[in-house]
Amino acid sequence: MTAPLTEQAAGRAEGRGPAVRLEAVSKMYGQGRTGLLALDEVSLDVAAGEFVCLLGASGCGKSTLLSLVAGLDRPTAGRIEADGSRVAMMFQEPALFPWLTVSANIEMALRAKGVTRRERRERAAEFLETVHLGGFGAKRPHELSGGMRQRVALARALAQDADVLLMDEPFGALDAMTRDLLHDELERIWRERGLSVLFVTHNVREAVRLGDRVVLLSSRPGRVVEDFPVTLERPRRTDSAEVAEQAGRITDRLREEVMRHGR
Amino acid sequence: MTVDADVRRGDAHARQLAGLDALELTTRQRRGPASRLWSGTWPIASAVTLVLVAWQLVVLAGWWPEYVFAGPATTLGVLAERLGEAEFYTAVTVTMRRAVTGFALAIAVGLVVGALVSRIRPLRRAVGSLITGLQTMPSIAWFPLAILLFGLTESAIMFVVVLGAAPSIANGLIAGVDYTPPILLRAGHMLGLRRLRLYRHVILPASLPSFLAGLKQGWAFAWRSLMAGELLVIIANQPSLGEQLHFARELADSPGLLATMIVILVIGIVVDMLFGAADNALRRRWGLHQTVG
Repeated sequence: MTAPLTEQAAGRAEGRGPAVRLEAVSKMYGQGRTGLLALDEVSLDVAAGEFVCLLGASGCGKSTLLSLVAGLDRPTAGRIEADGSRVAMMFQEPALFPWLTVSANIEMALRAKGVTRRERRERAAEFLETVHLGGFGAKRPHELSGGMRQRVALARALAQDADVLLMDEPFGALDAMTRDLLHDELERIWRERGLSVLFVTHNVREAVRLGDRVVLLSSRPGRVVEDFPVTLERPRRTDSAEVAEQAGRITDRLREEVMRHGR
Repeated sequence: MTVDADVRRGDAHARQLAGLDALELTTRQRRGPASRLWSGTWPIASAVTLVLVAWQLVVLAGWWPEYVFAGPATTLGVLAERLGEAEFYTAVTVTMRRAVTGFALAIAVGLVVGALVSRIRPLRRAVGSLITGLQTMPSIAWFPLAILLFGLTESAIMFVVVLGAAPSIANGLIAGVDYTPPILLRAGHMLGLRRLRLYRHVILPASLPSFLAGLKQGWAFAWRSLMAGELLVIIANQPSLGEQLHFARELADSPGLLATMIVILVIGIVVDMLFGAADNALRRRWGLHQTVG
């Protein structure tokens, strides 16, 4: 079903259009003087197969931006193209349905597509296997740990057979060790499936660990400040000197941005 | 070689993950059935004992003569005698049949009204506060109208039972729909569930706990309305608990009256416990059950 891609981001070279394109996207909450401009003419491309991390301090509209791409909300101005891509999303919370078993949660993604019951069950088991949770299908979400629940959420997102995966600080609430392992997991799945990922985080090292590019957003309103390519060889380690060094530079830039608001 | 290294790396990951998973899954041991039964029973047993003692003390104080306010020994004797008579079971059966049909009707009405009101905004503005208003209306106040409309029939009782219980049930459903966690709605939306499918697969199941609370409250209202109804609407050849109560007063049969009251109380408590058990089972299934310690 999914040809493993040995080259990362294989789609990029083939001159396909970007998986996601934002053109001068603005989002305003409320109106007039009391209105809040959350995003101000943000333009951003995510190439097919690319892993892009969106980084910013609080109030930079990262989550707003993901909601717009996901179609959960509409931009006030500008255009969003997700060119026929199927978009799946992972939230900061696992957002699993507590009344369903782990397997049935994943099956829900397939049910919406009209897959037969038997096939649903088999495919759900495969997706659980992908996130190393084979055998946990009959459990309920509350019986699992936070990291396991996020993996179920990842499996559910994969089950949607999406090409674009939107992730809104999905590992923010996890302990460091679990997070590191999930980074490896996510990277593996991203490579195997040739996904395009737009990953929101406020953790600079996490962004450098994962991204092909790190896009820094300013706060209130959210604007693209700088676009840092990350060319370090994969697999990377969050605690490696190279990652730390590059994260340090981005952090300095982020601090400058944050300081502007202190006055 | 690199492929080999990749495989080894992946394998190590899988094992680390499995290790973490195992560490984080602490199995909680549930206590045995005997110990659970005991911890559930002793508070009830001591409460009952306390009530019996207080009752006996009031009787001993002699504020009322024994034939007006019978003591626990006499009353329980009458109750035990009744438990051996067929007439008693006929009365309980009639009352319970009414309770179950009335409650079932109330569920049907409450579901339809609740579903419509929670989905259709103008209807909600029009009817929403009316439902809460209906809930505050004492059910006994409906009986004169019910008797005018239906005569001294079972329909009059059913009418009031449904009016008493349906608003609570509808309100439970409406509250459940309102408080569906937004994150689950967003997740459902991302999974491609829209409108009716979103309603069926996300909103309805998410509102189940609140709906159950509505059912429980609805039952309390239904049971009260039913007792009021049976006291007022007495139908020939239909012995019921309410009717027993009525005649016990007419005949100044104090032990009989108290015995019937105990039966009514016990049935109310037992049904309430059933709802409590259902609620507990749901909470356990959903992981809402917070076990301390």
